[in-house]
Amino acid sequence: MLMIAELGHYALVLALGLALVQAVVPLVGARKNDPALMAVAAPTAVAQFCFIALAFAALTICYVRSDFSVINVFENSHSAKPLVYKISGVWGNHEGSMLLWVLILSLFGALVASFGNNLPARLKANVLAVQSWIAVAFVLFILVTSNPFLRIPEAPFEGRDLNPILQDPGLAVHPPLLYVGYVGLSISFSFAIAALIDGRIDAAWARWVRPWTLLAWMFLTLGIAMGSYWAYYTLGWGGWWFWDPVENASFMPWLAATALLHSALVMEKRNALKIWTILLAILAFSLSLIGTFLVRSGVLTSVHTFASDPSRGFFILLILVLFIGGALTLFAVRAPLLKQGGLFAPISREGALVLNNLFLVAACGAVFFGTLYPLALEALTDKKISVGAPFFNLTFGPLFVPLLIAVPFGPLLAWKRGDLLGVAQRLTGAAAVAAIAVAVIFAMEGGGGPILVPFAIGLALFVMAGAVTELVERTGLLKVPFGTAFARARGLPRSTWGGALAHFGLGITLLGIIGETQWSVERIAELKPGQTISIRRYELTFDRMAMRQGPNYRELAAHFTVRRLGEEIGVMEPGKRTFPSRGSGTTETALMTRGFSQLYLSLGDLNPDGSLAVRLYYKPLVLLIWLGAVVMVIGGALSLSDRRLRVGAPKPAKAKAKPALAPAE
Amino acid sequence: MRRLLALVLLLSALVASAGALAVQPDEILPDATLEARARALSKELRCMVCQNQSIDDSDAPLARDLRVLVRERLQAGDSDHQVIDFLVSRYGEFVLLKPRFSPTTALLWLGPAALLLVGVFALFVAARRSRGESAAATAEPAKLTPAEAARLAEILRGDNK
Repeated sequence: MLMIAELGHYALVLALGLALVQAVVPLVGARKNDPALMAVAAPTAVAQFCFIALAFAALTICYVRSDFSVINVFENSHSAKPLVYKISGVWGNHEGSMLLWVLILSLFGALVASFGNNLPARLKANVLAVQSWIAVAFVLFILVTSNPFLRIPEAPFEGRDLNPILQDPGLAVHPPLLYVGYVGLSISFSFAIAALIDGRIDAAWARWVRPWTLLAWMFLTLGIAMGSYWAYYTLGWGGWWFWDPVENASFMPWLAATALLHSALVMEKRNALKIWTILLAILAFSLSLIGTFLVRSGVLTSVHTFASDPSRGFFILLILVLFIGGALTLFAVRAPLLKQGGLFAPISREGALVLNNLFLVAACGAVFFGTLYPLALEALTDKKISVGAPFFNLTFGPLFVPLLIAVPFGPLLAWKRGDLLGVAQRLTGAAAVAAIAVAVIFAMEGGGGPILVPFAIGLALFVMAGAVTELVERTGLLKVPFGTAFARARGLPRSTWGGALAHFGLGITLLGIIGETQWSVERIAELKPGQTISIRRYELTFDRMAMRQGPNYRELAAHFTVRRLGEEIGVMEPGKRTFPSRGSGTTETALMTRGFSQLYLSLGDLNPDGSLAVRLYYKPLVLLIWLGAVVMVIGGALSLSDRRLRVGAPKPAKAKAKPALAPAE
Repeated sequence: MRRLLALVLLLSALVASAGALAVQPDEILPDATLEARARALSKELRCMVCQNQSIDDSDAPLARDLRVLVRERLQAGDSDHQVIDFLVSRYGEFVLLKPRFSPTTALLWLGPAALLLVGVFALFVAARRSRGESAAATAEPAKLTPAEAARLAEILRGDNK
């Protein structure tokens, strides 16, 4: 038991050794076309994962046992902390979260090694080697600058506890989800670099890389949504997205990964956009690396940043420059050698997907500029500026709106050459739904609200109805007998269902965002016990307050009875927790869900006269924001379960028939 | 009653350490239009000791001071513009969450749009080149008849199902 930390440390060093082997030997094998050397990659990748998992398990055991002789445990844990937060505390700090990072990195390597049996040997060897370069860099980073296994000579009796804000079920789930997404993009990157090293790339490449990208994208989506909901109920003032640099750090890879999913589709189906897809794969993971740098280097000082050590920042910056610079250089040298294929007209499915990519990348660029410009400006000129929500709303918004308008058109357009007028006709129904919504909301608002709101709601409904239209069109519902339509619906590939569902989810999220930002109602008041505050049709009576003792905190809880139109419908109990070990506290929001809307109540100061300051919101449709994200993820999962993707085997190329059209984009 | 008072004192001591609301009840102006303007302004001003939080969202003491200041200026009859100018003169551009357009921020403001334009331009060039190449490299088959086009579209649709 005493040696657990040392075992973990040793396992990590061994993992580094394995990673070095995996980074070099398969590459040499692929060059010399030596199957024995190439075959080293897969078992090494699995072993590397096992050793990193061992190191991670060792650190977890130190946390569970509250072994305060380990500095990392001492600084971030407390013996009285509930077990779940002891475990989640492992990644609630810089060193532990980096260990989680490499754990997931090696997990993806091991997955490719285990399930990538249909990959050509050379490609597989190269992919695993590139994946291992990343592992070498980051395991080295941990061992040199951020070792979680260091000891204190004289073990203290009690730990300093985890930041109270992080002691929440949200933290147990949010970082692992996000990291699986973030780090999962490393696979797309490795595939791209492997293709560039080999100088060969075809539609099959896209078919292999797409499921991995999709998997990473799903987790990234879920992780971002989860983080957003966590912030919403934790921070106590009802915000759910702040354009905080740390959020942007996860949002940029999401935008790039979304673009990559769509361009890989073009490449898979039509053998076009190859060079661009490779570049996007590189960019998506580069943005993940930049995000890691922003969060982990301490270059920002935000609520999310729990590390601040310049040597770490320098090390990650070095990794960043090496990997991004190296990848882009390789791209510049090799990309022109790749053959382009698949010609298409501007108005076509491909064209729509290019438009999608154009706007997604530009929107990603807006986030990139807004996040990094102030840092660069300060570093170069010492001039400090702030870039916050108003900037992003002005730049990101206009770039995203055309994208949303185009969403329903894309899937209905034919490949190669589409009929825009025909598609527009088929979208008449969806447009009608949107138009009716605009009119209804305009009438409801009485012309009083912001003029854009009805149109924004209309846009959200257009996106949703567009997704439904696609399914109706493909099944022939309304045109053919119901039985035939049903049979066709069953025959539709799951990826079609998945795509439509994901677009539908996008519309749902949009609806939630507009509902929350435009119709949210706020009340701020001071209440004495017995007094009532009303919002919309709800009345909340402040009954009493009481002290409670938690495992490692004390809580002041207020008791409110909620009535709707005079009828009692429940209670809300917001609270404030104080953690003596850290001398700080958290605000515990009370939420009451009504359909897709929520009542949101959080506590402020208690005044000497016995009155309590409260902040109460009615947030219409707010749950749709996250529900939409979940629907997108379900769409992704459906698409992932599609047999064609699962098997990953390329269909025999049918495109041979048109050699004349091959060498162009 | 004394017990209640003791409880209240104890609780307020606890609560004081546990953060507070952003906008507090005693800050709110009686005049609703003025208050609405104050809230809108607050959303564009940065709490300078926080990370990218507006003074409207932040519960830091400095944010409270700034909120009160904004409301004082509004009550004194300042326009929104004057309030902003006043705060910038006092705290610098750093206080603005939406930086002003200037030579130093031109790249920031124009960057995203420039990126879009570069993308459009690149597409245009790529499209022209590909059209040129395909025309030069091949004798493109004659245009499809509408019937053929429809049939082809059908096949392609079928292929993708």
